[in-house]
Amino acid sequence: MAAPESLAAARGRYRLGRRLASDLGLAFTYLSLVAACVVLFLPMLWAITGSLKSSGVLYSYPPQIFPREWQWVNYLEVFRIVPFLLFARNSVIITVTALTGQVLISALVAYGFARFRFRGRNVLFVLLLSTMMLPQQVILIPQYLLYAQLRWIDTYLPLIVPFWFGHAFSVFLLRQFFMTVPRDFDDAARIDGANPWIVFWRILMPLIQPALIAVGILGFRSHWNSFIDPLIYLNSTSKYTLLLGLSYIKSNYLVDSGGDPHENWLMAASIMVTIPTILMFFVLQRHIVRGVVLSGLKQ
Amino acid sequence: MPVMLRRGLQREDVQGYLFISPWLIGVVVFFIGPMVASLVLSLTDYSIIAPGLSFLGVENYREIALDPLFWKSLGVTAYYLALDVPLGQVGSLALALLIHRQIRFKSLFRTILYLPSVTPIVAAASIWLWFLQPRFGLMNGALGLFGIDGPAWLASREWAVPGLALVTLWGIGGARMIIYLAGLQGVPEELREAARIDGAGVWRVFTAVTLPHLTPTIFFNVIIDIIGSFQQFSVAYIATDGGPDNSTLFYVLYLYRNAFNYFRMGYASALAWIMLLLLLAFTLVQFRGARRWVYYGGA
Repeated sequence: MAAPESLAAARGRYRLGRRLASDLGLAFTYLSLVAACVVLFLPMLWAITGSLKSSGVLYSYPPQIFPREWQWVNYLEVFRIVPFLLFARNSVIITVTALTGQVLISALVAYGFARFRFRGRNVLFVLLLSTMMLPQQVILIPQYLLYAQLRWIDTYLPLIVPFWFGHAFSVFLLRQFFMTVPRDFDDAARIDGANPWIVFWRILMPLIQPALIAVGILGFRSHWNSFIDPLIYLNSTSKYTLLLGLSYIKSNYLVDSGGDPHENWLMAASIMVTIPTILMFFVLQRHIVRGVVLSGLKQ
Repeated sequence: MPVMLRRGLQREDVQGYLFISPWLIGVVVFFIGPMVASLVLSLTDYSIIAPGLSFLGVENYREIALDPLFWKSLGVTAYYLALDVPLGQVGSLALALLIHRQIRFKSLFRTILYLPSVTPIVAAASIWLWFLQPRFGLMNGALGLFGIDGPAWLASREWAVPGLALVTLWGIGGARMIIYLAGLQGVPEELREAARIDGAGVWRVFTAVTLPHLTPTIFFNVIIDIIGSFQQFSVAYIATDGGPDNSTLFYVLYLYRNAFNYFRMGYASALAWIMLLLLLAFTLVQFRGARRWVYYGGA
């Protein structure tokens, strides 16, 4: 009876080994995650404390993370040196109007692609997909010339109007979502006499709300963070978006007229620009993950 | 009956086209039109400030082939891609693997890792400008603790591109990581368990089971990453403006300067088309190579 006993002992030892390995693995996981979080948070921490330093403390050596006195007035200074509230208003106007069109019209087009077997549908859908992949720089210059012809330069129109013709990636996402809704919903409504428009607006739109939110979030980010287009199309400072304003501060206010360094202003402005996107993330975290996953699963 | 069938089909045609009409108009006006115009412009010497234009044939392309700044910007972009894409992919995958495990505070970790990618890129570039400040930045301060004399980063020719790569690598916890997380959910747990029972260690399970199942996700991520990173503009525009000594002259920054600083719209259009062809060729090569390493499950 010795053999089974030693087998049990061996099995026990094996299990213990496994458990130890798995505990070690778990410890390694936590350590790595904490380390990654700390490392990734450092630049943000440096920006936050930098935004609260006086210009005398900014250039102290060796660098000190936490200033002895927190100079909150830097945040007010940003509003003094540039019309920051105006920039914020401009950003909000552009984002809201562009995004509204993007979501509504893309849903309409997605419904067309998902529910009607019209001639040429597949070819057009491939065209839609290829417009998603094309680097925007290829059409940047003719678009600029077109808007110049229309006298749209230095207006918000180039940043808004194209999105009222649907946005390829949003159409793609929403179409995928429409496809998951059984046609029975449409058919039932059709039998009750509803036309395709009613089916779209009353029946399907409420059903695909999560996808609309996901598209809205992705769209919010791309409009809020958009830089090259506003840079090209907006000339007057009074029309600047927040990010153009940030770039403006960076070019003109890193040093004040007295020669003192002012990275603290740039950091305060950077943080204020980032806060809305972070808030958005916290409020809608679940949907963001779903949106990204949706977008990633297309392949 | 056949007549009715045909009429029904036609009605679906009309309805379908009605719903997709906004996009159809948009794609012609804002996409196909500009695309053709861009190709034509690239064969001319069009400049928005001088009236008229003359047809040059492939002269722009010939000039580009002899333009040292074109080769410089291509080299800078290639160098940036060589740093950003592999490190970013490995980093994102590593984070996804860590967070995929059964751990506590999962959503807290995910949030902290995700936050840098929420920061608008212009703000991120500003924040890193301060973080990498050669003498008073935290980066070199921290390196100093280990006795390392940090480089001048964005102010030096050798370290400017790696510095900018750090700015974008800051976002490794963003969309790419979440797409990897989604990919990991598709790896059959039974297979991993079976491998473990057969005595495979952590690393062996990863290379023999997890990694092959992830290859479609990796492939997708890499393609998107290369296309996106090749178009990187804002980081260089804000943090270095191409300097010092053109060491961070990204391809799109050079294109932008030709179009909107030197007003050489024809030349810039040719640059854009070369970029499109390069990306197309690169993507095709990757699709070819993919046959050898991308594994699509049983399908």
